[in-house]
Amino acid sequence: MIESHLPAYIALTFVLFSVLIPVFGLWKKELSQPLAVIGSGIAAAFSLYGFINYLNNGAIRYYFGGWEPPIGIEFVYDGLSGFFVLVINAVAFFVLIYSGEPSKKEFPGKEMPYYALAMLMMLGFNGMILTGDLFNLYVFLEIASLSGYALIAIGEKPAPYAAFRYLIIGTAGGTLYLLGVGFLYTITGTLNIIDMTAMMPMFAESTAAVAALILMIVGIGVKAALFPMHGWLPDSYTYACTSSTALIAPIGTKVAAYILFRIILWLFGIELTDAVAPLSYVVGVLACIGILYGSIMAIAQSEMKRMLAYSSISQIGYIIMGLSLANPWGFAGAMLHVLNHAIMKACLFMISGNLRLKEGHSDVSRFDDSYRKKYPWTMASFSVAAISMIGLPPLAGFFSKWYLALGTIDNSNWLFLAVILISSLLNAVYFFRILEKVYMMDPEKGQKEPKDGTYNEVKASMLWPTTIFAVSLIVIGFANAVIVGILLDIFPM
Amino acid sequence: MDLSLVPLMAILVSLIAVVPIMLSSEKPNLREFWTILAALIKFGLVLTLLPGALEGESVELHLVDLAPGLPLALKADPFGVFFAVIASGLWIFTSFYSIGYVRGAGEHKQTRYFASFAVCLSATIGIAFSANLLTFILFYEMLTVATYPLVIHNEKKDGIQAGRKYLAFTLTAGLLLVAASALVYHYTGTIDFTPGGVFTDVELPHTTMLVVFILFLAAVGVKAGIMPLHGWLPAAMAAPTPVSALLHAVAVVKSGVFAVTRVVGFVFGVDVMGDYGLNDILIVLSGATIILASLIAFAQDNLKQRLAYSTVAHLSYIVLGVALLTPFGMQGGIMHIAAHATLKITLFFCAGAIYVNLKRKNISNLNGIAKVMPWTMGAFTIGSMGLAGIPPINGFFSKWTLALGSLEGEMVIPVIILVVSGLLNVGYFFPIIYRAYFKPGEGLEGYGEASPLMVVPIMVTAVLSVLFGLFPNLFFGLYDLAVDVSLSLFNTALP
Repeated sequence: MIESHLPAYIALTFVLFSVLIPVFGLWKKELSQPLAVIGSGIAAAFSLYGFINYLNNGAIRYYFGGWEPPIGIEFVYDGLSGFFVLVINAVAFFVLIYSGEPSKKEFPGKEMPYYALAMLMMLGFNGMILTGDLFNLYVFLEIASLSGYALIAIGEKPAPYAAFRYLIIGTAGGTLYLLGVGFLYTITGTLNIIDMTAMMPMFAESTAAVAALILMIVGIGVKAALFPMHGWLPDSYTYACTSSTALIAPIGTKVAAYILFRIILWLFGIELTDAVAPLSYVVGVLACIGILYGSIMAIAQSEMKRMLAYSSISQIGYIIMGLSLANPWGFAGAMLHVLNHAIMKACLFMISGNLRLKEGHSDVSRFDDSYRKKYPWTMASFSVAAISMIGLPPLAGFFSKWYLALGTIDNSNWLFLAVILISSLLNAVYFFRILEKVYMMDPEKGQKEPKDGTYNEVKASMLWPTTIFAVSLIVIGFANAVIVGILLDIFPM
Repeated sequence: MDLSLVPLMAILVSLIAVVPIMLSSEKPNLREFWTILAALIKFGLVLTLLPGALEGESVELHLVDLAPGLPLALKADPFGVFFAVIASGLWIFTSFYSIGYVRGAGEHKQTRYFASFAVCLSATIGIAFSANLLTFILFYEMLTVATYPLVIHNEKKDGIQAGRKYLAFTLTAGLLLVAASALVYHYTGTIDFTPGGVFTDVELPHTTMLVVFILFLAAVGVKAGIMPLHGWLPAAMAAPTPVSALLHAVAVVKSGVFAVTRVVGFVFGVDVMGDYGLNDILIVLSGATIILASLIAFAQDNLKQRLAYSTVAHLSYIVLGVALLTPFGMQGGIMHIAAHATLKITLFFCAGAIYVNLKRKNISNLNGIAKVMPWTMGAFTIGSMGLAGIPPINGFFSKWTLALGSLEGEMVIPVIILVVSGLLNVGYFFPIIYRAYFKPGEGLEGYGEASPLMVVPIMVTAVLSVLFGLFPNLFFGLYDLAVDVSLSLFNTALP
């Protein structure tokens, strides 16, 4: 019985906890973070159960209050949404465990509003993924965005400024998306995605539909930080507090990528998307530029969080590139990269958080070889995540690139293949630079003797999520055949 | 007896040894005990595969699927066993020698050194036993990463520069290998190493084939030191000498030529190589490398640099042999893998002993040292003569077979290259011997041989070189194995 209500439960869990946290938090503010962990844990458990249920019994269409669309609101729990929901809730669960310690230090006494906002944001993200209705999606998008702006504004001094900039750009993006939805509503008379999909072949070549598609790609592209709409991202991720960055960076842009998948591969379908103009190729080229731009900018940074932020722009490019290939391998590669990158980026941002907490900074130029003694586990996790980012087997990152490479070859798209290869090398440059700093003496500073340091790791609640993510990269590497087998079945064509 | 798990165990034993090595970092003797133990077990495991390999049998093991339909699979075929015997056998001597070297030279971070060494050997055996390209890539990249800490070991400017150069070359190569493998998978639907190649049923345009081949060549040519992709090898001489000895004369670079052989014989296949004329590229490049690298070796005063360029030249002997696409050529190339391994490891061991004992790196400083280090220089002489191709040392026999191979293919130029290169070898090695024996030395009073931990391995590898020259089949039937491998690649060509 529980299965048929699962989509609603996942979203309602977050609604419930966004109310519970203020109630209990006003009484005892120490309860806020544990409650957030419990809430996301329950949601993650529902998501896992739901995904297993999807594998056994197929997709679920859930009508709120039993009202069928177009009157009622519909949630769709199919392979795509199930996979995304599982990834973001599982990652968020670990990040929220992690954020207990840094939050005490970064915004003492304000845990209650922070975690209530975090729950709202997760509600928004989950709603965006699960909803079967384009306008509903916009509503959830705004819920997620508004709470996201607030979470990003907590942090260093320039954080509110960065958040305000994100707010302006993000709102413009949201509005463009809404405009696109309006266009589609005018020509099809429905907002339900499944209904609209059925009607699409009749309208796809109309100017309004093409305009709507472009508007939606641009609008959501802002949220996904697709080049050249990425401007808000570096500052936001750099200046926001550790807890916020670790929570938003791994999953925020992924949810936007999900919408692009839903619109391009499901709602329109790749043929109708490209019916008038080769839009998917344009999106792919933008992704390629973003991949290279992000990598090159990451090399130029000396602040670790900023470097990781630029790296995020690059990595989201891989996902969008896989989307634009629109073949099974490309799709599997992109989806696997959604999972891999969420874990890698969460792990890396946590590591920068560990260093900030202990050293007070995460400036790469000030790293030295005492870190290997002071933070052996953090640094070991960094090595694993870095090697996975570079894409060496048997770590997870290699396999998403392998499938993407197969996808580019299937399309005979040599440009994209070259971009994947070059970008891997650029990744190696900025990650090995840090490994050099941390594990070796610095002869350029005239260092003759290795620096010693005493063990000074962060607390278990921070260390465990970091190492679990690092270990899971190895596990996913070896288990990816199973995951990709499932993903290939999800591919819509 | 069921041998199917032996290849896996042979790979894992040194990987598992990393844990006790790390844990006993405070107790050097215990730590080195683990290295030696792992080396002995590994060699023993590889030897159990040898009887089967001599019968032409392969041991196969499918582990998990790395990707749908692409398993992580091991296959200890005769060629893999051949390479594994050499690499794991020489690791034993190198381990003893390493102990003498790092303690004699007072190296820092010895735990990291021995741990990385153990991982390198796991990767090398993994390369030997890979059944398909994806498994191969996994171990190939593992070798890259594990060698890096050894290259930068001294953590001085030159070491770190060398490390960057090394990564730039090898990581690029790894990516090209990924691209090339993906293309093979796309065109043929398989990436298993198959004697005779995987392109037999596929007709492809000439340019496509050429592109795939060049991608492969660039990918495996880096580790095989084919010019112009050899740049990292002389730079990597910044590493401690045992690393240069085992990794940059045997394991890493031989993985490169091993990969070339795999690509030529097991991915493209001898017939396809010949039909598309792909081997011509290899012959030209390897021939040029042999001559050029030998010439550059003359200009090096640093002993290890000279040895490095000599390595570059000798690796191309093997590539040339393979590229001839004749049974004798293939056989000579494969035999030179073994011959060059024992000879060059002897020479590097000598260079390391001289460095640790006398703190001398340059050839111009070696005057008269044979008086104080007679055993070491005796071994050095054997190694040099072997590389110059003077009988009865084992370098002669492989060169002879290579020459037969090129005549078999009705090619004369490779023979000329071999002869000229033999003379060049004499030209750059004998002055060293001359200085050591006949020029009066300075400041050598009070010095003797290096520690027995170093001298004994030197003598053993030198004696092995002579014994293998006299009786190629003496120990492990390596000669028969090389013949079998080479024939198996050509027999598939028959209907």
